This record gives sequence, C-alpha cells and structure tokens, in this order.
Amino acid sequence: MASNGIRDRVAIVGMGCTPFGEHWDRSADDLMVDAIKECFATTPELTLEDVDAFWLGTMNSGQSGAVLSRPMALDYKPVTRVENMCATGSEAVRNACYAVACGAYDTVMAVGVEKLKDTGYSGLVRSNVAGDGTAPEMTVTAPAAFSLLDPAYCKKYGVDQQAMRDAMTHIAWKNHHNGALNPRAQFQKEVSKEKIAASPLVAGRLGVFDCSGVSDGAACALIVRAEDAYKYTDRPMFIKALALAAGPANGPMDPGYDYTTFEEVVRSCADAYQQAGITDPRTQIDLAEVHDCFTPTELVLMEDMGFSGRGRAWQDVLDGAFDLDGRLSVNPDGGLKSFGHPVGASGLRMLFENWQQFRGEAGERQLDDPKVGLTHNLGGRPGTCVSFVSIVGSERD
Amino acid sequence: MCGGIVADGAYVPRHRLQRAELAAALAGHGGKGARTVASYDEDSTTMGVEAARRAIGDRRPGAIHFATSTPAYLDKTNATAIHAALDLGHEGFAVDMGGAPRSAVGAFRAAAASGGLAVLSDLRTGLPASADERGGGDGAAAFLFGDEPDAIATVVAQASATAEFLDRWRVPGEIASRSWEERFGQQMYTPLITDAVSRALAHAGIEQADHVIVSSPHARTAAAAAKAHPGAVPSQEGPLGYAGAADAWLKLAAVLDRAAADETILVISAADGCDAIVLRTTARLPDARAALPVRTQLQNGRDVVYATYLTWRGMLDREPPRRPEPDRPAGPPSARTEAWKFGLVGSRCTNCGFVSLPPLRVCKRCHHLDEMERIGLGRVDGTVATYTVDRLAFSPSPLMINAVVDFDGGGRYTLEVADASPEEVQIGTRVQMSFRRLYTIDGIHNYFWKATILRVADGEA
Repeated sequence: MASNGIRDRVAIVGMGCTPFGEHWDRSADDLMVDAIKECFATTPELTLEDVDAFWLGTMNSGQSGAVLSRPMALDYKPVTRVENMCATGSEAVRNACYAVACGAYDTVMAVGVEKLKDTGYSGLVRSNVAGDGTAPEMTVTAPAAFSLLDPAYCKKYGVDQQAMRDAMTHIAWKNHHNGALNPRAQFQKEVSKEKIAASPLVAGRLGVFDCSGVSDGAACALIVRAEDAYKYTDRPMFIKALALAAGPANGPMDPGYDYTTFEEVVRSCADAYQQAGITDPRTQIDLAEVHDCFTPTELVLMEDMGFSGRGRAWQDVLDGAFDLDGRLSVNPDGGLKSFGHPVGASGLRMLFENWQQFRGEAGERQLDDPKVGLTHNLGGRPGTCVSFVSIVGSERD
Repeated sequence: MCGGIVADGAYVPRHRLQRAELAAALAGHGGKGARTVASYDEDSTTMGVEAARRAIGDRRPGAIHFATSTPAYLDKTNATAIHAALDLGHEGFAVDMGGAPRSAVGAFRAAAASGGLAVLSDLRTGLPASADERGGGDGAAAFLFGDEPDAIATVVAQASATAEFLDRWRVPGEIASRSWEERFGQQMYTPLITDAVSRALAHAGIEQADHVIVSSPHARTAAAAAKAHPGAVPSQEGPLGYAGAADAWLKLAAVLDRAAADETILVISAADGCDAIVLRTTARLPDARAALPVRTQLQNGRDVVYATYLTWRGMLDREPPRRPEPDRPAGPPSARTEAWKFGLVGSRCTNCGFVSLPPLRVCKRCHHLDEMERIGLGRVDGTVATYTVDRLAFSPSPLMINAVVDFDGGGRYTLEVADASPEEVQIGTRVQMSFRRLYTIDGIHNYFWKATILRVADGEA
C-alpha cells in the first residue's frame, strides 16, 4: 500500500463549527450558514468570494452541490457533494485538500452538515437501496452491530465481563467529562460511572450512555496552499496525512474475522502514519479525535491505531491513559459521545478540536502545547466499513 | 395411485400457550395443558417448509400440493415459496389448496396420485375466550409419495361422503370462524362418518384398524367418532389441539412415529363431510421413521404469555417500536436472489473454497472472478461467533437477538435467532437454520432464514 501523500502542501487557515445538538430551531441551511459565518468572522483576510471551489459532505441532508450553493447563494462556483457514511465530513476535507494540492485551486472550502433530528426517530435513519430483504443491515441497528465487539473481545482476550463493562463505562465517563468542558458539545454534563453502567440497555450490553449523541450540526474549513497559509492566519493547521481505506466487507462473511478489530482502521492508520512520518504513534501524537460512535468502538480503536497493545486497551483505558490528562488525550472535545454526531459534520468537528487546541483556544480542555493531532472517522459497522485518518500539525516540517 | 408414503415430516412450533394462563388472563375457564402456537415469524408457509424439509431429506419431489386454511397470501401461490425454500429449482409443480381444512385431504390425495409432496399446514385462531382459542393448535406435516418398494405406508382404501350444511364458516379476512349450534353439527356428521368409514374398512378388507385417527373441527363429533371407531392400539397422541388443515396429518405423522410394520391406520377426517383413508404400514417403516417425532416436539415447548400471543395474532395492537419500518423487499432483487433468499444457497469459490453468503462473483479471499459453485446452507448447522440483543431494532416482537453464525464447513452470516431468550445465546452456541417470515411490509412477507438453537433434549443435536 503506497500513498504519496500531500504532507505539508496544504493548510487549514480558518474553521467554523456550530454547537452540536437538537437544533429544533435551525435547518440544515441555517447550520451551514452559521458555520461558514463563524469561519469568515475569524478569518478576516478571506471572504466567501475568495473561495474557488467547495466540497460539501452530507449523508442524508440533501443531494448535489445545490445543498450548499442554494443557502449560501454561491454564484456558479464548483460545489461537489460527497458521501462516505459516517466518514462523510472527512471525505469532504480530503477531496478539498487534494484539489489544492494538485494546483487546481488556491482556496477551497470543505463543509459538513447533518440534520438528524427532523426525522421523528431517535437514532439514525437511513435510506436503503431496494433489496431482497436479507441484508442484516436492514434490521440490525448500529448500536447492535457495534455491540458485537463486546462479547467477542471478552472471549478472545479472556477479559472479565465486569472489567470490560468498567472500561466501556470509563470511556463514556471520560468523553462526558471532556464534553462538560466544551461549550459547543451536545451534552455538557459529567455523568457518574454508576449512572452510565446502569443506563437503559439499547443493544447487547450497550446502554444509552454507551452511544453517541444524535444531533444536528455543521462545521467547515478553509483550505489553502501551505505556502500561502501565513497570509491568512498566524496559526495555520498543516495537513500531514490523509488516508482512507474501504474494506471489502469480509468480516460478515469470513469466519476468520473475530469482531475485535477494524482492519480498515489498521490499514488507514498505517497509510497515514507513513505519509506523516510517524513511527511511534504513542509518543508522536499529542491528541486523537477518534470515532467513538459506541464505547467498545473507541476501545478497539486504541489497539487498531497502535495506542495500546492487542488485548491491552481495556486496561489502558481503566488506567486513564486516554483521559484528558493521560499520556495521550483521546477525544478531548468530548467525541461523538458527548459532542454529538451529526454525521456529515463530525469529521470536520474532529479537525476543529485540533484547530482549537493548536491555537490555544480550547479553554478548560486546553492541552499543553500540542503539535501533532489525529482525526479518525469510521463509516459503516464492524467488518464492513470505511476508515479515514488524518494527521495534522501546528507546524510545517 | 402410486406406491405410497415414502417419508414424512412433522413440524410443531416451539411456543405453547398454557390453558391455565388463558384462564388467568380472561378470568374464565381454561382447562388443562397447553396449545401449540406459531411464533410471530411463522405462518402456514414457513411451518410447511419446516415439515417439508424434514420429510424430503435430499429427495426432490416433482410436485408440491400445499393445503392450509390460513394462507399467507391470496392471489399468489404459497407453495412456490415452499418450492423455493426446498431449493428445487424451477422445474415442477407447486399448488395451493386453500380455504377449508378439507382441502388438506385433496392435497394428500393429489400427492398420492402423482407421487408428489403433500404439505399440510395451519394456524388456528379463535376469538379470545373461545373454545377454538383453547382447543386449537398450530403445526404442519408433510408426506412424500413414491414407489412401492420405498414406501413406509401405502394407501389401501379410501371413501368419502359429502353434504352441504352450516356447521362452521368464516368469511375471508376474518380471524375466527363461527359455528352453528353444536348438536346440529354432530347430528349431521355422524351418519356421514359411519358411511365413509364402513365403506373404507370394507374396501380395505378389515373390520377394525390398528390405529385410528379422528380429526374434525367439530370437537364433539371427533370425540364421538373416536369412541365409535376405536383402534386396536390405543391412541397416545395426547394434547395436540385441533390444527385445522394440518390436524389429521400431524396425528398421522405421530402414529407413523410409533406404529409397527404391517399395521393398518384409519384416518377419519370429518370436515364438511367425511373422508376415511386406510393405510397399511410396511416393513420399511421402523427403519425410515421421521427423525424428529411429534411427541418429542410437543414435549419441548416454551411458554408464551397471553398478551404476547394476542399481539402475534394481531388481536392486540401494541405501540410499535419508535423506529422506521424496514423497507419492503423489492420484487426484482428478490427474484434475482431467489436461491439465496428462499433456499439459503451461497457460492463457494472453486479456486480457494471460500464461501460467500450471499453469493458473490468475486472471491473475497483469492479475488478470482466468476469461479463459483453453489452451496446450500439450509441443512448446515453453525456456531455463534458473537451475538447481540437489539432492543432498538424494528421487530414485530422485540427484542431481536442477532448472531454472527459460522457454518460448519465454511460460510458466515448474521442471522436473527428465533424461539430463544437472550440468556440462551452465547459465543459457541450451536444453531440450525429455520425458514421464517422476518416482517411484513406493504403486504409483502419478507421470508428469509433465521437460526434456532440446537437442543440436545429435542434430539436435534
């Protein structure tokens, strides 16, 4: 697997991110306008007119570039709508960055938006391709699909069920703790471990507090050539790596897959680390925004991303290794768990936390001078997914 | 008439409604014992498939004659789904005989005449607190007919009597039937039974059969006929309940489970007349009995509470899950994947042996293209690799248990686990395949396969 990568060839010079939550008073249009408005308000050197092309990520909130050009009254600019399930926002960024890196445009914008709370249902509602009614995805919900990890992990590594429950609880507790320090998060409240562990069951052993927040939101990023970055801001964020892996969906068919790992994550991380020159992710990465759609997902990700040894993540989690003040802060902004998960916006929200942390704007969650960050976005379910990984840095190497 | 019955299979659904539970729920008279209850994901077609699978083994009947009084579809033949679930390809005949329980006699006779498969399946539902509710039962039986040397029983005589009178009736669409004053029916039935039975026995050249089976929607008539025409061997069938179009035939299957060679069986089916059939068992029977006796199936039930039973039967309209309903299965994709959806047929790579479920053209292991052979998994058992209980999913009867099943010899699929409680499913649990109805949307039944737990107590493991 070889990617040439575009290390340090493009930079993000402005970002906007709405609060995530149940925005009954805001349409998807409003959310995009809000995010873009904030982006330009904090990047006064650039205006909407300066943007040469747009990439819009949304899974379910509209189709075609008109979803963005219409509310923003864009005058005949190129707008590409992209979709890659829960990695949709990251996909918008990835394609936008490549457009600048290849020289097609100097200034582009990636926008992610999702309006989930207008459906009348809690949880994700998806539109399916007409089928024969035999695909388990038609009926098995996302929490159920990810809950498959729990018994499989316990069995494989001989982890006591209570210890696993405690690790899952710790992840939810940590992400709520971090979200409580984040004024943009959907849930800005600490939740006790007792309450998390006793929350009403959703699927398998996953309770309500093991699941990410279903919310509305939008986020955006202004992307320019790295050499132009300091024209627009004194603290740009440089793209070190962009990696994407779409798996062949072997897991649900291959008895060799044991539901304790995401091969797509392993592959996309290897690609991203190689692009960014990272050889020891445990020490070279200062913060990681990962796809904690459900608590066991984050647990398994720690191993797939090389932050923990195989079969060790549950112990590292319980030891506080990934807490805000741990050896590697994971989801310092609260993650999908408490920041919320408006699908198309989440990948950009992850970058937004890196952006704020690098600029020293993370308030009470501020880490001590972070320089290298990671975002990870997963689309799909165990055994059948796409995985996106980016490495970003506050400095150009 | 061809040789005779060469194989039989019975299916008794796992759920039971205790009559004491009925009495408690309705503050009334319930009686003793339990009735059999088809689960929410079972209908006359799925139960028919299970009975048919058990009957045919790896034989391929050229015709399916399916009878039920509770067809899953009208204007669409249900026997075609059975035909597809048996993975019989596109050759052959499949027909429904629907409406009244007597249609099962027609299916049995037609199969006997042509050497085909008779599938007799039914659900019986009465209004709450009715005798039909208490005394009904659900189940299916199937009989494969073939050449004389292979027969386990041959039909030696049959006689029928027919009369038009109002004893029991049901307008299409209604869930329960109505009946006239009980004594009237008995008066009408008794001479018809006497006539048909005496002619059948005379034709068979016997005065008394070794085993007698009496089946009638008219319970008093059935009891009286059993008394009037006893068998030499006492009945042992016990608490079957009246199973409509499947009734006489489940009882026949139960007799074939225990009858000795060279014994006679008199089947008396009194429904809108009387059909009397005399069969004689052959020396082959003791070595060719159905693998899963009716008695064993009856003994291993799991109780369902009355409110759940009412919900399953559509008589208790509960708050639906707060989830969007699944999409209806689409016609063209379902036709394209007929062998997979109905027959659980996957593909196996001829290069590396990797099994793809559903069938694929490109091998996931060796990436060879279009080098696949078909592999049927319907009769293959499996082991649970991991599992979950989905409390959020849309299901006609939450909770939904899902398991990743690794099939013996290769292949994996995620399947719902039917007829089980969450605590019964673990990593390593052994399962078998069962044809079920996942849900119904826009009047389309989504038939597919589920896993059921292999239980040693049932003789299934």
